[in-house]
Amino acid sequence: MYDVSELKKGLKIELDGAPCIVTDFQFSKPGKGQAIYRCKLKNLSTGSTFEKSYRSGDKVDKANLESRTFTFSYHNGDDFVFSDNETFEEIHLTAEQLGKNQYFIVEEMEVDILFHKEKALDISLPTFIEKVITETEPGARGNTASSNVQKPARIDNGYEFSVPLFINEGDIVRIDTRTGEYSDRVSKK
Amino acid sequence: MMTLIEKLKVRDALMQSIRAFFHSAGFVEVETPIRMKTPCMELHIDAEPSGDRWLRTSPELYHKKLLAQGAEKIFEIGKCFRQGERGDRHHPEYTMLEWYRADGDCNDMLADVQNLFASLESPPAEGCPSGRGGFSKPFKILTIAEVYEKFAGWNPVENFDADRFDFDMVEKIEPALPKDVPVILKDYPAECCALARLKPDNPKVAERWELYLGGIEIANAYSELTDPDEQRARFLKWGAQRKALGKTDYPIDEEFIQCLKTMPPSGGCALGIDRLLMALTGGKSLDDILPFRD
Repeated sequence: MYDVSELKKGLKIELDGAPCIVTDFQFSKPGKGQAIYRCKLKNLSTGSTFEKSYRSGDKVDKANLESRTFTFSYHNGDDFVFSDNETFEEIHLTAEQLGKNQYFIVEEMEVDILFHKEKALDISLPTFIEKVITETEPGARGNTASSNVQKPARIDNGYEFSVPLFINEGDIVRIDTRTGEYSDRVSKK
Repeated sequence: MMTLIEKLKVRDALMQSIRAFFHSAGFVEVETPIRMKTPCMELHIDAEPSGDRWLRTSPELYHKKLLAQGAEKIFEIGKCFRQGERGDRHHPEYTMLEWYRADGDCNDMLADVQNLFASLESPPAEGCPSGRGGFSKPFKILTIAEVYEKFAGWNPVENFDADRFDFDMVEKIEPALPKDVPVILKDYPAECCALARLKPDNPKVAERWELYLGGIEIANAYSELTDPDEQRARFLKWGAQRKALGKTDYPIDEEFIQCLKTMPPSGGCALGIDRLLMALTGGKSLDDILPFRD
C-alpha cells in the first residue's frame, strides 16, 4: 500500500483491479482546507486516461506487476514467440500488441516483459539495435557535414525512418528503440 | 526559466517595492518569533516541531498581541513553515507577507492589496516584475455563493459540506476562475471562518476573502475575530477534530486568548510572496522562482 503522499509521476498503482500509472500529480490545498492530491492516471491494460483526487491519509494499492526476462525465439505467422529465460515457457505476442517494437526485435534478443496477473502489458527492448539499411536514395555529395537534413530509409522488415544524407544502402546504423529514430552509423558498407 | 541570479534580482526588486509601499502607507515593519510555544490551531495546518517549540505556520498570533498593545499598522515579511506541504505551489518553508490594520476590516485589506498592486505598476525598485501577466487590471470580486452555484451547482453558504467544498474548490472552482485579472473570492461560509469574525447582519457568512492570480490562491484576509470566548470555542472544536483525524492537538495559547480582550477591531491579510513572484513572472511552479528547493 502507498500513502497518497507517496504518489508521484511514473508510480504504478492498482485501482479497481486494473494496473494504472500516475502520469501527472498535483498537491492542492484550498485556503484553510484539507490537502487534496489530484492525479492523472493511465490504465496500463486499456490505455485509457482519467483523473482521480485523493484526500490526505487515503491509501492506494501497489500495482501487482512482475517483470520477467525472455528471449525472442521465432515467428509464428504474425505472432512473435518468446521463451522465458528461467522456465523456458513460451509466450506469443501479436504484432498489434508489440506496436512499433515489432520492427526492432532481432534474433536471440533478450527483452523484459511486464505482467499484470499473467497478462503481458508492456515490453522493454534493449535501448539500441543495429540494422542494415536496405533501401535509401544515394546521398548528395557535399552534404555530409550537415546532419540536420534527412532522407527516408528502410530496413529489411520494411520499417521506414529518417537518416542523414551520408547514409547509404548496406550501411549498418544504430536505432534508438525508445523513439524509433536513427542514432548513429556503426559501419559503412 | 530564469537563471539563479535573475531569480535573486527579481525577488530583491519585489521585496524593495513591497517594503516601500508599506512604509509610504505608514506601516511599521515588525519582527516576531519564529519558534513558538504553541502554534496557531487550524484544522488542516500542521506545524513543524523545533526542539521544545514549534516553527510558526503564520505570524498571526504575535501580530494580534502587538495590536492589543497599541500597534496600529504593522507588517512583517518572513519565513513560515508548514509540515508536509510540497508541490508545484507548495513548499514546506516559504515567505509570507502579513499585515494588520487596527480599527480596520477586510475591506480595508482589499484596498491595501489593490493599492499595493497599483504601486507595483510604477515600481520604485528597478527590475520589479510588476504588470506582467496583466494583473494591474481592476479586480474581479465574486462571492463564494455565486461561484459555487455557477461552477459546482450548489450553495455551500446555505448547506455546508466540508469535503465537497474542498474537492469542488480544486476541481471545479479554481480552474474556472478568470486568469487574466486579479480575482477576489469573498463571503466564505461560516464553517470556513478560520480566525475571521462572522458578518453581524448575516452570521452564515464570514468576513474573509481570498485573492487569486491566474487561478492560484495568493492571499487570505479577515476582519479579525476579537471575541475571546468565540475564539476559544473554535480552537477547542478544531483541536477535537484534529485529534479525531489522528493529528496533534496543540495547546491553546492563553496569552493570545487574553489579548483579544483589548485588541481593537482589525483587518489582517497574509500573502504568499513566492506565489506572487511566480504569478508576476509567469512561472508554472515554485521551482521557477525559488533559489533553493527542500
